[in-house]
Amino acid sequence: MASDTAVRPARSRRSSRETAPVRPSLKRARRRNLLAALAFLSPWIVGFAVFTLWPLIYSGYLSLTDYDVINDPSFVGLDNYAQLFADPKVALALGNTLFYAVLQIPAYVIVSLVLAVLLDRAGRASGFFRTVFFLPKMTPPVAVGVLFLLLFNGQNGLVNGALGLVGIDGPAWTTDPAWVKPGLILMSLWTVGSSVIILLAALRSVPEDVLEAARLDGANGLLVTWRVTVPLISPALFFIVIINTIGALQTFDEVYTAFFGRGNTTYSNDAALFYVIYLFQQAFEFLHMGYASALAWLLFVIIMAITVSRKVVYYEGGDR
Amino acid sequence: MNRRRMRGLPLGIALVVVSVVFLYPFVWLVSASFKPRGEVFDNALIPKTFTLENYVTVWQEAPMALWLLNTVLVTVLAATAVTLSSALVAWGFSYYRFRGRGVLFAFVLGSMMLPGAVTMIFLLRQFFLGVPRDYFDAARIDGAGHVGMFWRIALPLCKPALVVTFLFEAQAAWTDLMRGLIYLRDTSTFTIPRGLKSLVDAYGFGGEWHWEIIVTASVITTVPMIILFFLGQKPFVSGISTSGLKG
Repeated sequence: MASDTAVRPARSRRSSRETAPVRPSLKRARRRNLLAALAFLSPWIVGFAVFTLWPLIYSGYLSLTDYDVINDPSFVGLDNYAQLFADPKVALALGNTLFYAVLQIPAYVIVSLVLAVLLDRAGRASGFFRTVFFLPKMTPPVAVGVLFLLLFNGQNGLVNGALGLVGIDGPAWTTDPAWVKPGLILMSLWTVGSSVIILLAALRSVPEDVLEAARLDGANGLLVTWRVTVPLISPALFFIVIINTIGALQTFDEVYTAFFGRGNTTYSNDAALFYVIYLFQQAFEFLHMGYASALAWLLFVIIMAITVSRKVVYYEGGDR
Repeated sequence: MNRRRMRGLPLGIALVVVSVVFLYPFVWLVSASFKPRGEVFDNALIPKTFTLENYVTVWQEAPMALWLLNTVLVTVLAATAVTLSSALVAWGFSYYRFRGRGVLFAFVLGSMMLPGAVTMIFLLRQFFLGVPRDYFDAARIDGAGHVGMFWRIALPLCKPALVVTFLFEAQAAWTDLMRGLIYLRDTSTFTIPRGLKSLVDAYGFGGEWHWEIIVTASVITTVPMIILFFLGQKPFVSGISTSGLKG
């Protein structure tokens, strides 16, 4: 894994040092070094313990209890996990989330790749267009949720207006259960900016002579892109797929803004019940902390399984 | 550099079309915020009736100034704290060699899968690793201690990375909704995204869809991020492309 390659050079240097005879003064210096290192690392050690490890352990414990925040947690064994499988809303939320992820991730990756290729060929103008493509990424997700409701409004939204121009009668994106998720996927493509920039950087690092050789062998532009460039930037593509998978499984802000919250009784929102939204409702609206912890653990296990099974390349070229 | 040159008209047209698609929602939003209620959905780019009333209404109906102040406070504090602590940790991982360092750093990378801000440690570590070790040896010979090396040599040399970290954290803190939903109950403590959500609830679902209010509040929420981006555009872009960060 890349984390290994990132530290390997230092490790080999260290071992060559360790084989040298050690004088007492050096030993003392090394101990002082270690203490200094630990002092510098302490913010992370404390942060990891308090904000990652402890919540992980505590939610693991809570997932075995019945806890409503007011009364003490009472131990119920694996009941919460049994309930996960019996709860139709869990199946619904998981189904919604997976449906969204399975369609959104390929769309997202393909669109970012196409845009990155366009930018790569744009020459001097690429700086300007890069800015334009990235700008939507700066929009707060709450505002993206609002924009979704506005632009995809079935009667007078901009999207259906544009579809109308080419003679297509657009669906009721925000109310028709069959079209809610496709609409959200389209909306999510608006914020591909950061992936485009990552891929653009990867494209720029592809050596020109490799492409030249392929062209001399008679490959045309598209073939070169597909057969030579794409394999060469696969670590970056991989990274985007993983980060996006995790992001898609944790979709919350935009959808919660557009379909849930206080006073929302106008929409049937089963089609937009994403997993983290259901988790949030259980935890903070119904105060079923024990059950919510079990939900969180299920999501955690799913995400871990996906990342591990793909042998994640976290950061290719750790020493770039 | 054949491939870097504009490949004629089709490429240009494609870029312009995509740009229009990406920019139009912004323009639409800003334009709608200057329209009276009845015209919000008329999809005209230039308001038929230009009015500032929505801004006045939003300012009166919601404690916008207070929310902005809260958000600025949270953003500055969070971004400063994360930048400083990430720099300390990244420095600890890049300069010092000790047993178990690889394992510990793997934990840092592993915990990136959970929500949180450790990504920045990776970015800053990359920068610190890029500084020649001789600099620090020289500083040491001149009598600099551990803190001195970090504060006087490493930090000033890595200013661009610090700026990137600060900008990304500022964006994350400014746009965060979930923490606001969980921790903030009292209207007077709301941050801007949390406040905007409460306006959507009140004027959208709970009310009669006063879209002009929601649209205007959305503009107020978004504009500071756009300004931030234009102030720090270069660091943003270089930060994403060198570290593979996703903002």
